[in-house]
Amino acid sequence: MDPAILLIQCLNAVQYGLLLFLVASGLTLIFGIMGIINLAHGSFYMIGAYMAFALQPLVAQYLGGGFVLTVLVCVVLATVLGYFLEWAFYSYLYTREHLQQVLMTYGLILVFEELRSIIVGNDVHGVPVPSWLAGSVRLGDVMTYPVYRLFISLVCILVAALMFWVLTRTRLGMMIRAGASNREMINSLGIDINRLFRIVFAIGVALAALAGAIAAPVSSVYPGMGNAVLIICFVVVVIGGIGSIKGAFLAAMLVGFVDTFGQVFFPAAAGVMVYLLMAAILLFKPEGLFKH
Amino acid sequence: MTQTLLSAKNITRRFGGLTAIDNVSLDLKRGAVHAVIGTNGAGKSTLVSVLSGELAPNEGTIHLNQENITDWPQPRRARAGMGRSYQRTTIFPSLTVHENCRLTAQANHQHFWSWTPARRCMQSNEAADRALELAGLAGFRDQTAGLLSHGGKRQLEIAMSLSTHPTVLLLDEPLAGMGSEETDRMLNLLASLKSEHAILLVEHDMDAVFRISDEITVMVNGAVIAHGDPVGIKANPLVQTAYLGDEE
Amino acid sequence: MRFILRAILLLVLLALVLSLPSFATSYYLGLVVKIMIYALFALSLQLLVGCTGLVSLGHSAFFGIAAYFVTLLSPESGAGNMLWLLPGAILAAMAYAAVTGALALRTKGIYFIMVTLAFAQMAYYVFHDTALGGGTDGIYLYFRPEIRLGDWVVLNIDDQFVFYVFTLACLLLTWLFLALLMRSRFGAALTGIRVNEQRMRAAGFSTFKYKLIAYVIGCGLAGVAGFLYAVKDGYVNPELLAWEQSGLVLLMVILGGMGRLWGAVLGAVALTLLQEVFQSHALFGEFASRWHLTFGLAIIALVAALPQGLAGLPDQWRNRRRPKSISSASAQ
Repeated sequence: MDPAILLIQCLNAVQYGLLLFLVASGLTLIFGIMGIINLAHGSFYMIGAYMAFALQPLVAQYLGGGFVLTVLVCVVLATVLGYFLEWAFYSYLYTREHLQQVLMTYGLILVFEELRSIIVGNDVHGVPVPSWLAGSVRLGDVMTYPVYRLFISLVCILVAALMFWVLTRTRLGMMIRAGASNREMINSLGIDINRLFRIVFAIGVALAALAGAIAAPVSSVYPGMGNAVLIICFVVVVIGGIGSIKGAFLAAMLVGFVDTFGQVFFPAAAGVMVYLLMAAILLFKPEGLFKH
Repeated sequence: MTQTLLSAKNITRRFGGLTAIDNVSLDLKRGAVHAVIGTNGAGKSTLVSVLSGELAPNEGTIHLNQENITDWPQPRRARAGMGRSYQRTTIFPSLTVHENCRLTAQANHQHFWSWTPARRCMQSNEAADRALELAGLAGFRDQTAGLLSHGGKRQLEIAMSLSTHPTVLLLDEPLAGMGSEETDRMLNLLASLKSEHAILLVEHDMDAVFRISDEITVMVNGAVIAHGDPVGIKANPLVQTAYLGDEE
Repeated sequence: MRFILRAILLLVLLALVLSLPSFATSYYLGLVVKIMIYALFALSLQLLVGCTGLVSLGHSAFFGIAAYFVTLLSPESGAGNMLWLLPGAILAAMAYAAVTGALALRTKGIYFIMVTLAFAQMAYYVFHDTALGGGTDGIYLYFRPEIRLGDWVVLNIDDQFVFYVFTLACLLLTWLFLALLMRSRFGAALTGIRVNEQRMRAAGFSTFKYKLIAYVIGCGLAGVAGFLYAVKDGYVNPELLAWEQSGLVLLMVILGGMGRLWGAVLGAVALTLLQEVFQSHALFGEFASRWHLTFGLAIIALVAALPQGLAGLPDQWRNRRRPKSISSASAQ
């Protein structure tokens, strides 16, 4: 394979993997800390993308801002939405069995999908790449690579680094990590667990929405995008081990590479490669690469 | 001639950096109760799990009736005559006492392809009856298991492990949470079972242990610090330090 | 006494169901057949969820594989032979179940839910992305298969009433099969595994074997439902394997009640009728096209309010009046 093409595919794989990590980390955090399996997590990705599409003209008109500002607005709104949803709905799920959580969040997906349909409609939309990111870089003699895709990877890496810093260097991060391994202890330490959960949930939602917003220019905005990403995220979490951020990162990169190169080498079986990877991992490590 | 039914040699089990069991060896002989005592976290429950097959040892071998069973999964060991009771009661609360035993007894008469209703399996019913008889629960046959007293549930736990006609019994704290009357009943039960079985008894109740055991192994921090008959163990200075030093 | 009451109730229901074709319109007849097919589908999942404790979110795959099997392998020029198409469809579903089940059953709890979902999605992609099943357009089944011995046509199910009775017979036979299965030693073992797998292993049961066999049987029965579905409308498309289907049938089992076998049937009836109601223009006017919203909200409310499902309502009511003695362990 031409080294330039190999490099392009590697960059694609990394970018896809990093996006997946953003969404999957929220999912695994929410499950690891709060014990909630949230089927509607993919919907937040979809909401982020649709928000980016719908709010862009508004942000341009009222705030005079461009793409970056739109994304920031999306993230802020998503955080507020997450905070509200936890209070209004998800807080009632803690005491319920996983099965009930699965089905109630399944119902929530239907609600979200229909609300989106009412508010924005069912059409497929494109989100334009901002002009200052619309160029390409040269790779070798003939090949070029879109700057925007590099931008996506950069944003994801920055967010991941930020996440790592928060988790390891701040009090909030310490509480989160403690909560992940021992929920009962947190309560007895006098930490307001309700607020902690609300914050964690809001962060999870914000991460998914951010991923959706910045992915929108490349993947376009379409109704089924949330569900598609959700199932892949499940695979990431199964491979990485539930509750483990490290695992989610490694697994997301693995999935990114398998999917990208799978499409290159086995285009007919492209959609299936990721599941075969999962099956292979299950043969040797049924509890994921990093047990929580 | 006392027959050694179960022989464990040089068992070591680690969890990451922690060595839960360090080079432990013990034998179980027919007609004898071998007690394993130790402080909390000494590795006693882990040892039982390794012997029963729930955990694989990192090093060491286990022989049942002179056969090497180190690689055998738990169900296979159970079918070969190993019975086990759990520290936390594992009965089926919504079934009756008799149904509980019949279900476990069924393990020896599985008959995948048979359409006969489970409740009419003659062999399982007989094995259950016998187990209830031995455990002294014959009078509670049709009682819902979840409604038994705590002592009754522990008795049922033993009955269930007896229903598969085991030769070796691994009992993990059968006296946990029992009052003195229930403890007496349980100890009489164990005494009556002794002759036909080889019994491993993990217990915290020292009086009970010294009353009923024939040999005792003392574990501290995963390693054996003493082994012998009850009299010798009581007098052993190492044991005294370990218990006096770590007693709450 | 209770037995006689139950028998009478069943006979009345049976009479009602059998007499329906004589006064119901074609639309409602089709609806009842659809309900019966979904009841069969839900019963097959009940074996996994309610009886063995295996929560699968990928059951639609087996429904779809069987549906595609019969559609792909039916001749275009005339009726195929059910004598091999039906068993073939079941075996196709079972084959996929055996392979994916052997892997999925290495996991537990939430992992199992996710893995079954993933394997179903894999099957979905096979039919969605490849030319095998005509892609997203789906394919048509032109002639309903018949039971044929040589030249003798034993049973032809083209007639709507005959197909109605045939579907009913399949449902009842499946129900009977599962009831007998759960009564047998195999079923008793499954119950034990559901309540406390560790204890069963300690007694000497190789629980993996039991779970895998139960899984394969349940998925094979889902294949029967898939077969009937394909034959009914003569059209299949990849959405049959979509996870929305898996979620829907799981809902039927949970809302109907996991504690009783017939909870699945009840759930299928309730949920299908609920969908019909929410899609009814007569009741909701314009909003009927937005039925996913009302349906989704209803799901949330029902799952929250009925932890034991509809079949568990009497128990739930009884426990509310009585102070908690023993916690409501799973019935049966």
